[in-house]
Amino acid sequence: MSVYIVRRLIQSGLVVVAMSLIVFLGVNVIGDPVHMFVNPEADQAEIERVIRDLGLDRPVHEQYGFFVLGALKGDLGRSFVFGEPALKLILQRMPATLELAFMALLMAVVIGIPLGLYAGLKPEAWTSKTIMAGSILGFSLPTFWVGIMMIMLFAVMLGWLPSTGRGETVAVFGIEVSFLTWDGLRHLFMPALNLALLKISLVIRLTRAGTREAVHQDYIKFARAKGLSQRRIVFVHLLRNILIPVVTILGLEFGSLIAFSVVTETVFAWPGMGKLLIESIQQLDRPVIVAYLMMIVFLFVVINLIVDILYSVLDPRVRLQDKAS
Amino acid sequence: MKKTALHLATAAISSMVIAAPVLAEDLTIGLASEPTSIDPHYHNLGPNNALADHLYETLILQDENQQLSPGLAVSWTAIDDLTWEFKLREGVTFHDGNPLTADDVVFTFERAPNVPNSPSSYATYIKGKTAVKVDDLTVHIKTETPYPLMPSDVSTIPIVSVEAGEGASTEDYNAGKAAIGAGPYKFVEYVPGDRIVLERNEAYWGEAPAWDKVTFKAIKSGPSRVAALLAGDVDVIASVPTTDIESLKGEENVSLFQGVSNRVIYLHLDHDRASSPFVKAKDGGAIDNPLRDQRVRLAISKAINRDAIVERVMENVAMKAGQLLPEGFFGVSPNLGPVEFDPEGAKALMAEAGVPDGFQLTIHGPNDRYINDAKIAEAIAQMLTRAGIDTAVETMPRSVYFKRASTGGPDGTPEFSFILVGWGAGSGEASSPLKSLIHTYDKERGFGASNRGRYSNPEVDALIEEALATIDDAKRQDLLAKATEAAINDGAIIPLHYQVNTWATRKGLKYIPRTDEATLAMSVVPE
Repeated sequence: MSVYIVRRLIQSGLVVVAMSLIVFLGVNVIGDPVHMFVNPEADQAEIERVIRDLGLDRPVHEQYGFFVLGALKGDLGRSFVFGEPALKLILQRMPATLELAFMALLMAVVIGIPLGLYAGLKPEAWTSKTIMAGSILGFSLPTFWVGIMMIMLFAVMLGWLPSTGRGETVAVFGIEVSFLTWDGLRHLFMPALNLALLKISLVIRLTRAGTREAVHQDYIKFARAKGLSQRRIVFVHLLRNILIPVVTILGLEFGSLIAFSVVTETVFAWPGMGKLLIESIQQLDRPVIVAYLMMIVFLFVVINLIVDILYSVLDPRVRLQDKAS
Repeated sequence: MKKTALHLATAAISSMVIAAPVLAEDLTIGLASEPTSIDPHYHNLGPNNALADHLYETLILQDENQQLSPGLAVSWTAIDDLTWEFKLREGVTFHDGNPLTADDVVFTFERAPNVPNSPSSYATYIKGKTAVKVDDLTVHIKTETPYPLMPSDVSTIPIVSVEAGEGASTEDYNAGKAAIGAGPYKFVEYVPGDRIVLERNEAYWGEAPAWDKVTFKAIKSGPSRVAALLAGDVDVIASVPTTDIESLKGEENVSLFQGVSNRVIYLHLDHDRASSPFVKAKDGGAIDNPLRDQRVRLAISKAINRDAIVERVMENVAMKAGQLLPEGFFGVSPNLGPVEFDPEGAKALMAEAGVPDGFQLTIHGPNDRYINDAKIAEAIAQMLTRAGIDTAVETMPRSVYFKRASTGGPDGTPEFSFILVGWGAGSGEASSPLKSLIHTYDKERGFGASNRGRYSNPEVDALIEEALATIDDAKRQDLLAKATEAAINDGAIIPLHYQVNTWATRKGLKYIPRTDEATLAMSVVPE
């Protein structure tokens, strides 16, 4: 058991080191940040001063060495553009992105499951066909276009919702959240719906397929024969069974919600970390790009490590295998 | 029937929104690019300098046409060749109530060029200048050589309070702790990536600021920025996308304001290498670099239809250019107009230069830096191809482009042969482009830092250097104009057009366009 954990720890460490090398070197071969930052009016001496100050005059392996030394102390470098620690910038914007992703996830469930269930129970009704056709649109329309259209409709033409930005925030345990204020919710609705569209379509399709399959199963027929009400059959027996794959998929899709938020955040000027990342890439703010990617790598490695360890706890075969080898 | 009801309801709701009382005293501005810091000396960058104008103010102000006027200093004179005397305004207080004194100016001159990790510092403007306190309201700024550009350099440096700024880091400014200036607006809140909030400085020395509260919102995406204005979430937006201008003209509740900028879009050519990497003979073989022949350069200029670029590519949001800065700026030549489109003349010049059949060329340009930059490069390639110069187009993101264009070749030389670039004269006069683009590349003396064509003409160099040492304004203006004429007639660069910037406001407001492209709350006035 402990040998297994130690080995997994070493493997995870190697992954982090390898990824840091790839990320750092990859980011460092693209373009030249100095020409992005230096005012055109600056003369050659000032350009060289900036190169020196940002540490770009040193060979890449030395820069990498500095980065690793800093990272071991929890310092992932300082943003070229903002002059603040990269990690601080990312953490500052993280609540906004997580809030958006969770809200989108919630919408996917609240909107997707009832519609999917309806379409599955009454597959021939024209309403069901409309729902299914709509879900195809949800899959195929580009997010940024839908976002702009939503702004045009709800903010410009109807004037119901604010067009862009994040609303009023309140601090909960020191984290600024906006979903607890009315103004915040109004700002949150459109970007969250925009981000959720694809997931809503996915949930509709999954739920419908599950429902269509389940209604013909013996336990549903038996329940019906027993004389249970339709409501009880659907909401207790059927729903419980079809929810398992839906929940599994949504768990997996949460990561992609955060990744796709880049587009939504840009369209709605949502001050999240996706917007920070894309702007950092455009401006070649290398420390922020590296810090962001390393943080994601670290998160995934830790999650996988925990899952693997839990797995070995739950499944004796893993432990036995380990002993045999 | 149902439809009509819905229409009516929609109309009712939208008119309610528009009619809702907007507090005339509050102003929200949607910016295309947000300032990266509250520290006025951290990053010498357009949006940062614009924000600094609200909070800190400079000794000498630049008005909307970049003409100088008294700011925190009431007068400035060169008392000898090496010393300028600045008299500070009496009774000016910082936001924390401390009075402005010579100590603050001396402190600013020490701090501004030395902010740690600055990606572009104010050393550019402060180098070689020492500020000395004479009495509480008098400062002498000394230089090592005669320096006529003193007033325009000083007009770029925001003055900070020594009490608040002593030992303060960039983070202290971002947190608001040290963000104490004497400008018309005070710091309230900074949420990176989202908004910056300012409030009126009641104790401001000048005309009372028009707005109680000013909020800057960063809305990078063009269509979203326009939508935010239409929805009434912001009162003013900067950088209206050229594609939206026509449709916004039809909107009743929106007013548009346009003004020419100090930014010229131009072509730089390889003047240096005997054989240039992106110039080839018609059959693809090597040839001597024809761009070194003045006649070929002028032929290229004549082959370009600037009217077509302005009308079709720029949708009339540009002005044809014949030199480095538009009319009205200091040092502009009255004798230079845009070169007329003349395909026959171009052909004749090419024949005279010994390349009657043309050659192959590649134009390189950025695709995310200037308004419609990639489209301009494509149009130019088509026009040159028609004139016999088979031109290929290669555009790339600016993050890659500027490095290759400046230092991508062997030994850090420019990589390309023929490039599209822009230049904004931050100082608002002609010495800025002359010094950096036209003067011979000279690392030691800091000349020609952006001379990516490595143009070199001793006659022009001498004129520029003489101008930079002439304190007398009339004489200097004359020298700058002469240098510009010599360079442009020699085809040092080929000017295309001056960018025109567009701001949009909700009805009832007016924006006074600025040539330096800055978006200021002070430039927004109720109609």
